[in-house]
Amino acid sequence: MKRVYVNEEWCLGCRLCEYNCAFANSGLGDMVLALKDRKIFPRIHVEGNDSITFAVSCRHCTDPICQKSCIAGAISKADGVVRIDRSKCVGCLTCVLVCPYGALSPGEDGIMQKCELCLENACGAPACVTGCPNKAIVYEERSDPE
Amino acid sequence: MGIEFIYPEFEVVRDRDRCIACRVCERQCSNEVHSYSPVRGVMISDESKCVNCQRCVSLCPTRALKIVKSNCRLRENANWQDETVKEIYKQANSGGVLLSSMGNPKPLPVYWDKILINASQVTNPPIDPLREPMETKVFLGKKPSAVRRDSEGKLDFSISPQIELAMPVMFSAMSYGSISYNAHASLARAATELGILYNTGEGGLHEDFYKYGSNTIVQVASGRFGVHEDYLEAGAAIEIKMGQGAKPGIGGHLPGTKIVGDVSRTRMIPEGSDAISPAPHHDIYSIEDLRQLVYSLKEATEYKKPVIVKVAAVHNIAAIASGIARSGADIIAIDGFRGGPGAAPPRLRDNVGIPIELALASVDQRLRDEGIRNNVSLVAGGSIRSASDVIKAVALGADACYIATAALLALGCHLCRTCQSGKCNWGIATQRPDLVKRLNPDIGSERLINLMSAWRHEIMEIMGGMGINSIEALRGNRLMLRGVGLNEKELGILGISHAGE
Repeated sequence: MKRVYVNEEWCLGCRLCEYNCAFANSGLGDMVLALKDRKIFPRIHVEGNDSITFAVSCRHCTDPICQKSCIAGAISKADGVVRIDRSKCVGCLTCVLVCPYGALSPGEDGIMQKCELCLENACGAPACVTGCPNKAIVYEERSDPE
Repeated sequence: MGIEFIYPEFEVVRDRDRCIACRVCERQCSNEVHSYSPVRGVMISDESKCVNCQRCVSLCPTRALKIVKSNCRLRENANWQDETVKEIYKQANSGGVLLSSMGNPKPLPVYWDKILINASQVTNPPIDPLREPMETKVFLGKKPSAVRRDSEGKLDFSISPQIELAMPVMFSAMSYGSISYNAHASLARAATELGILYNTGEGGLHEDFYKYGSNTIVQVASGRFGVHEDYLEAGAAIEIKMGQGAKPGIGGHLPGTKIVGDVSRTRMIPEGSDAISPAPHHDIYSIEDLRQLVYSLKEATEYKKPVIVKVAAVHNIAAIASGIARSGADIIAIDGFRGGPGAAPPRLRDNVGIPIELALASVDQRLRDEGIRNNVSLVAGGSIRSASDVIKAVALGADACYIATAALLALGCHLCRTCQSGKCNWGIATQRPDLVKRLNPDIGSERLINLMSAWRHEIMEIMGGMGINSIEALRGNRLMLRGVGLNEKELGILGISHAGE
């Protein structure tokens, strides 16, 4: 299935992906309204140092350890996408502890959130990918998933 | 501050209602114009560092930014204009030659804009390029002037080495060093895909790009940087650069700070040493000397590759071209005075040389008059901006055109004219790794291919309109052109009639 991949060679560390992610998941039609004067809670994070940067979001693992560790049964995987049922989350942060990519984080309301490939919002395609100015984040099918 | 203060040229206008303080502008500006004030919780800017490259404007996700020309002006004076006075201030401060980049920005005549193209009506049918064959392929090189037969009367098909181009446009010389690795990669990949050629400029050929050799013109210029046997062998043609349109009569200077790593190795000079190309080739003081270099290069490559001689369009260009056509060169490239350099003194850029339109027309006419037009192909460069400029150039006698500024624009250049700073925010005219990576060759080559494909479509449409179905039938076909608002002398040099005639 198609996944979000990051080519760190082309990542500029501009962090537009974080803002596009936060906007896409805000449910609002205006980025200014959604993000101005607010702390943002994106589901993708740019990491790195002065010499290299790259964006990290959920890898949608074949055998997701977050799913196994979730004490509330809030995390599930269907059609290759790891999803979280936020109504079941109890905020125990076990998933944060176990995820090797740091892909889960609490949202503004303290409930856990993660990348769901923009399938749950109005974007249609991952907003981090469409907004990346240098094709450093791509959404494509690769024969050898991680 | 004080007597040496010059008010910043641009203002950064930030719409506070729209700015979400995402700090993308700050991270993207290599000139460090933008910063975040944690105390005030807002973005602030130091417009004195702004070069108006529009990188921040292009990447701002909420369109909160615009860059405008500052309206802080000296008292109006038609003779001592604001820019003129400020240049005097700058020179009084520095004692140095002014430096700028990219083409001549002065409002000197652009003859392309005063030339109109013909179309067919009633008496001769136009051709629809979508339904009928239309040939844009051209071959550059020496053409035989007569049918030749061997002693048994059989036709002699042998011909001097030629360059084959899918359309009459090539990417002109920009060296690795003046532009980035990724810019070169974009040009090389696009040229290969398009079936045209790009030009190494005087910086040698990076080892990674030898695989694009059959779409590469390798340049030999006065500094001889990066020239060795494999380099000459690698290209499809060899270009001797005598001069360039933006700065005829002077050499080049790539500062030592840019001679790092691969640039140093490719140029074959030590890291940190200035790459100074002399104004003349020290072994060329006459056409006879030029002939020696032409034949040295041919000898070194076993007469398999055409040799191009590139000259700037200057006053005696027709006589110079006539000499070059007799020197053994296969192709003459003429660079007009609007060509864009990586760095040039604006005094030269804006005041030396002549327009390519006049140079091209006079050279083509001179070579025809002397019966040596078939000795060489002609390539015109120096601000070819569109498909219609290409059509007009071909009708004035060019076999093909060189484009560079248009290609850089496709790669993201916003013509801020500060290439010489080495801080290109678009990843083109820089060697800083964090900036170079901003130009992803996947995107760059695709945009170049798009641009050239679009031009090729337009060229076919315009040719079809004229009832012409091949570039060969358009070349030197000045009856297809008419001038508007030109005087008798200009029309005479261009060899065209006035509109209505």
